[in-house]
Amino acid sequence: MTTTATPAFDQQGTQNDEARVDAALRSFVREFGVTAALHMESCVRCGLCADACHFYRTTGDAKYTPVYKLEPLRRAYLREASPFAPLIRALGLVKKPGIDVLQQWQELIFDSCTMCGRCTTACPMGIDIAELVKEARHGMFKAGLVPERLALMGRTARQWGSTATPGEDLPDILAEVAAAHGVDIPCNLERADILVTAAPAELGEHTKALADAAKILNRTGARWTMHQAGFDASNVGFNNGDLELQETLTRALIDTALKIGARTLLLPECGHAYGAARWEAAKWYGRALPVRIIHMTEFLDEELAAGRIRVRRIGETATFHDPCQIVRRGGLEAAARRVLAALGFELIELQDHGVTGYCCGGGGGVVSNQRATPLRHRVFELKKQQVEATGAKRFVTSCGQCRITFEMGAKHAHWDKPTESLLELVADNLTD
Amino acid sequence: MTLLELARGPGLTFALAVFVLGTLWRLVGVLRLPRLRDLSPAREAAPSALIAVVRANLRAMWPRPAYAPFTLWVTINGYVFHIGLALVFFGYAPHISFIRRILGFGWPALPDIVMVVAASATLIAMLMALATRLTDPVRKKISSADDFISWTVTFLPLFTGMAVMGEPSAAILARSHVVYGGPLAMHLLSLELLLVWFPFGKLMHALLFAFSRGATGLRFSHRGVEA
Repeated sequence: MTTTATPAFDQQGTQNDEARVDAALRSFVREFGVTAALHMESCVRCGLCADACHFYRTTGDAKYTPVYKLEPLRRAYLREASPFAPLIRALGLVKKPGIDVLQQWQELIFDSCTMCGRCTTACPMGIDIAELVKEARHGMFKAGLVPERLALMGRTARQWGSTATPGEDLPDILAEVAAAHGVDIPCNLERADILVTAAPAELGEHTKALADAAKILNRTGARWTMHQAGFDASNVGFNNGDLELQETLTRALIDTALKIGARTLLLPECGHAYGAARWEAAKWYGRALPVRIIHMTEFLDEELAAGRIRVRRIGETATFHDPCQIVRRGGLEAAARRVLAALGFELIELQDHGVTGYCCGGGGGVVSNQRATPLRHRVFELKKQQVEATGAKRFVTSCGQCRITFEMGAKHAHWDKPTESLLELVADNLTD
Repeated sequence: MTLLELARGPGLTFALAVFVLGTLWRLVGVLRLPRLRDLSPAREAAPSALIAVVRANLRAMWPRPAYAPFTLWVTINGYVFHIGLALVFFGYAPHISFIRRILGFGWPALPDIVMVVAASATLIAMLMALATRLTDPVRKKISSADDFISWTVTFLPLFTGMAVMGEPSAAILARSHVVYGGPLAMHLLSLELLLVWFPFGKLMHALLFAFSRGATGLRFSHRGVEA
């Protein structure tokens, strides 16, 4: 076992400890619908989730056992929401989680869980631990116990509607990207069929991805636009447990799409954007949405299948990293492989791929949480070994956050293999 | 009232009452909680809810190949004592006779030799499970009192049962009176302890597993994930 240092916790706001605990517990208890309760009730503590977790696998530290990360939530459930809660409270059978427990668990809930859900697929009881960790984050946010970097991103997104830039700056940024890459990027059109969104990195260090998306969209002949009222799809509220922010950011996208008459909301190469919008947007509206929400990979797959775009065959070997929210929790395993096949790649799968692929180590906001950097680097080593074992010439993925995580890991490990974007590969190889 | 009379009479009635009422209370208590409908459009060609639930239940019966190197031993050991317990409880002739007295119906018994093998394998597997829980850092970290109580109340009926398995089941059933009253009373009381604990601890997974797996199966199949 490798002992890992326990980082300090962060806290926000001025509420006292008692108020923090009460806020967390109230939120925890609100989360318990029938599915969450069934999952809390069914654990037999077999520990099989541990070996599925990249943080446990790479450190050997038992505290990273996924189900252990749920301990405060479990205690809250047993004391406040379980069928025997009155009995448990009356007999004092389960201790109420105190501020010390919540502070201690911040690292386990935020730094060492990417909500990738690999543990879910290893659990013999089918417990969706990743979803429960997400629910635990809601309580931690209410208690003001979120890693400061995520809290800062949340404050920025509340003010700007994006962690990258205020909406009013978007037209200028897009104009600069368009000029730099020689591509037309429509912005703020009053009517369009497709509302195109971006990940924050695409407005900064990954502008090529944005320009490439524009290049492909223009080639399809679609009527599309980006819009300053709703453009950032990476939902920081989804990651930091801020449900109100998650709703606000989601509504900004959907409302903008509806306002311009868009039938499709196109998400960027971002995993959590897909999780937050594709599967959770409808709950804020209380009904099925009149807008189709699709990921960039789905879009590429559909456009290639329909013959609206064509690509040159590259004819090299490649391996592919499956982004967790898009594949394991999103169901798009086959789409990316069809795009890779269209590009003429000979795909050499990672030892662990598809539904059981290892996370990049940066999901769930961990990539933005500088406190978790040493843990991320350990996970990177695992992925690096698997990539090298394939012997593939190219390393491709379809999530910008995964790509950033790998780029950071590669820099630290002095690894010279670039992580390539599926979108950019398609754009670079467009043919008539 | 002898100990055996207590075990066969009021003890059994009490244990069965706690078992039935407690189990119903816990099941209903969970299943009555709000069901949050997933309003997102399902993936094209997502299977029906029934297929999703059945598939998820079957899928979780064996670890995926990616996890097998780490989970196979625990899985196989678990199957040994689960199957062993089922064979012993439902296949041993005196148990079937006991159930027939309560429910009014029974079924053919398995040969005694099968019982001896099943009980021995179960005993060993349970001891190995306990050893793992006491020594493995992950299991130590996540274990609670429930784990040890549940293990004990499962082990005791097996252990006390083996103590009264001294002669062929046909000979036991042929007699009109009980020879080993004390040991049999202990065996029955240990079973009653299991029944009383069942609704309160993790033994409930015997019923909850299907719901738990099914719930995740519904979520994943809606998304087009082959979970």
